[in-house]
Amino acid sequence: MTTQAQPVTRSRLFLPGGFSFSLAGKYTLLILVALIFVLPILFMIFSSLKPEEQLLRDTSSFRAFLPVGNLSLQNYEDAFRRVPMATFVGNSILVTATTVALGLIVNSMAAFSFALLRWRAKNTIFSVILATFIVPFETFAIPLLLIVNTLPWLHIGLDGIYITQGWLNSHHVQIIPFIASAFQIFLFYSFFKDLPQEIVEAARIDGANSFQIYWRIIIPISGPVIATATILRILDMWNQFLWPLIVVQQEEYRPVMVGLQYFFQLDIAWGEIMAYLSTLTIPVLIVYLLLQRTFIESIASTGVKG
Amino acid sequence: MATDTARKSVPLWSRLLAPAHAPTYQRKEAIIGWLMAAPAIILIFMFLILPFVMAFGFAFTNQRLISPNPTEFVGWRNFENLLTVRTFTLDPLLDDETGLPILDEDGSLTYPRLRDYTRGNPDYPELDGLREWFSWNIGETRVYMLASDVLFMKALFNTTLFVLFVAPIQGGLALLLALLINQKLRGINIFRTVYFMPVVTSLIVVSFLWRFIYDGQNGMLNTILSAITFGAFQPHDWLGDPSTALWSILIMSVWQGVGFHMVIWLAGLQNIPGTLYEAASIDGAGRWQKFRSVTWPGLRSTSVFVLVVITMQAFSLYAQIQAMTRGGPLDSTQSIVFQTVIRGYEKQDIAGGSTISVVLFFFVLIITLVQRYLTREKTA
Repeated sequence: MTTQAQPVTRSRLFLPGGFSFSLAGKYTLLILVALIFVLPILFMIFSSLKPEEQLLRDTSSFRAFLPVGNLSLQNYEDAFRRVPMATFVGNSILVTATTVALGLIVNSMAAFSFALLRWRAKNTIFSVILATFIVPFETFAIPLLLIVNTLPWLHIGLDGIYITQGWLNSHHVQIIPFIASAFQIFLFYSFFKDLPQEIVEAARIDGANSFQIYWRIIIPISGPVIATATILRILDMWNQFLWPLIVVQQEEYRPVMVGLQYFFQLDIAWGEIMAYLSTLTIPVLIVYLLLQRTFIESIASTGVKG
Repeated sequence: MATDTARKSVPLWSRLLAPAHAPTYQRKEAIIGWLMAAPAIILIFMFLILPFVMAFGFAFTNQRLISPNPTEFVGWRNFENLLTVRTFTLDPLLDDETGLPILDEDGSLTYPRLRDYTRGNPDYPELDGLREWFSWNIGETRVYMLASDVLFMKALFNTTLFVLFVAPIQGGLALLLALLINQKLRGINIFRTVYFMPVVTSLIVVSFLWRFIYDGQNGMLNTILSAITFGAFQPHDWLGDPSTALWSILIMSVWQGVGFHMVIWLAGLQNIPGTLYEAASIDGAGRWQKFRSVTWPGLRSTSVFVLVVITMQAFSLYAQIQAMTRGGPLDSTQSIVFQTVIRGYEKQDIAGGSTISVVLFFFVLIITLVQRYLTREKTA
C-alpha cells in the first residue's frame, strides 16, 4: 500500500509547478526569451521613425527600443525617393501572386495524379522529383540562367505580337521556373494519401472521371493543405533575392528585396535602410499576426509528414 | 469481340501509359494521370533537372559566360584544380660548413622559400601551382598543407564548421523552446507567436538588420553588452574581426531559424500520447526520466527531420554572407555556395562554379545518406 501511495504524492509535488520554477519564474523566463526575439524587430521599426543623428545616439542606450524623441516618417519619404517603391512592390506582388496561383494548380494536380491515379512509370518519376529536394537552388542557378537566356517568348502587348529571344529582364523569368515545386508536390501528396480512399472509389462508381474527382471532390476538402502551400510559397517568393539579382537588370522588373542594394552605395543612411526593411517586413508581420495559427500549423504539418 | 477490337485499335502512345491488356477505364485513368502530372514534370525537368545536369556537364569543360574560344572538354582538370591537397615538409636551412641551423636576426630557424618548390621546380612537378593553406611545426620540421584552390578550401572549412555547430545549437535550442512552450499556461500562444516571428521575416532583411546590430561603432549588441557589464565591455567590431565574423553570422542564423524548428518539435511533442506520461508517473518516473524514456524516443522521427533540414539549410549558406560580409574579413566567412555564385556569375567562370556545385551535391548526398543510416529505425 505504501509503495503505491508514494508516487501519487510525488507527482503532486513535482508535476504542477515543476521543482525549480514557480509560476512567476516561468513567466519571467518566457518573457526574457520573448525579448530576444522581439527586440531586434522593435529596434528596426522604431529606428525607422527617428532622424539619423538621434538614431545613432539612441543605440548607445535603451532608448533604441523605445519610440521616443523626434519621430517622423521622413526616412520613409527619403527611402521611397531613393527606390522606385511602387514599381518594386508592384513587381513583387505580381510575381508572387502569379507563381502562387499557378503553382497551386500545377502542383496539386500532379500530386493528385501521383497519389491516387495509376499509370506507368509513376513511381520512378515521383522518386526522381523527390530526390531533387537535396539540390540547393544556388548550385544550378547559373546553368538555369543560360537556359532562360535562350528560350523564346511570345510577346503580346500594345506594341504588337512578336517573338523575342531570351527571358532576361521580364516578369515571366521570375515566375515560370518557380511554378512547379517538388516540395509543394510532396506537401499535397502526403495530404491526399491520408484521405480515406473510399471517397475516390465511391465517386468512380458514380461515374466521375479522374479529373472530376480531383476538381469536384478532392480540392473542396483540401483547404488546410492549400493554406499551408500558399503561405510557404508566398514567403519563398516575396523573399526571392539571388535569382532576380542575376536575371533582371532593368529597374521596371525588379522586386523589393533587390531594392536593398540601392542603400549600400556611397553613403549609408541607417534610418532609410531601417525604413525600407520595415516596409518589407511589416505587411508580412501583420498577415502573420492575423493568421498566426494557420502559419504555425502549416509549418508543423511539414514536419509531421516528413 | 468488342473488347478485342478495342484492344487492337489502342494506339502505341496509349500503350506506353498503361499495360497493353488494360481495360478501357484503366487506360483512361492512365491518360488523365499523365496529363495531370505533365505540367509539373515538364517544368521540373526544364528548370531543375536540366540545369542541374548541365552543371554536371560544365564541370568537365572550360565553359565561360562569354568567351572568344570554343568550349573544350577538359576531363577531370577542374576537379583537380579545386580539390588537390598535399602536405609538404621543409627542414631548417643548415650552414654548409658547420652543419648548424642558420638563425635569422630574431634567433628563429630559417627555412627554404616555399615558392622555390611550388613555382615550376622540375624536381617537384606535383607541387607546381599549389599554394600554402596553413602550416605548423613538428619539432624543427615545418609541415605545409598545400592546396590548389586555397579559397575553396577555406570555404569548405567554414561551411563544414558552420554545419557542425549550427545543427546541434539550433536543433537543441529549438527543442528547449518547444519544451518551454509546451506547457498549459495562460497566454502561452502569445509567446509561441513571438518566438516564431523571425521565421516570417526574410533572411535578407534579418541579415541587413543584424549588420547594424553587430556594428562596431553604433551597434546595439555592444550597447547591451556594455550595459550588462556596467561599462566593462569594450566595443567590438563583430563582423569586421575574422575571429568573430562567422560566429556572429551563425548566431544570427540561429535567431532567425530557431522558431521554425521549435514548431516542428512542438508538433512532435504533442503527438506523444498523454497516457505514456501517466504510465511513467505511476511507475514513479521523475522529470528527467520521463524525458529520457518517453519524450525523446517519441521524438525519434521528428529529430531526424530536424537534423536533415538544418544540415541542408546550413550547407546552402549564402544569403547571410551575401548581405553581411561577402566572404570577408580575410576570407573568414567564405562559404561553398557563395563561391559558386561568385565564380559562376560575377567572374563568369561557369565551369568553375559548376564544379563547386557538383562537389557540394555529392557532399550533401553523402551526409544525407550517412545521417539516414545513423538515425535509421533499429528494428530486428
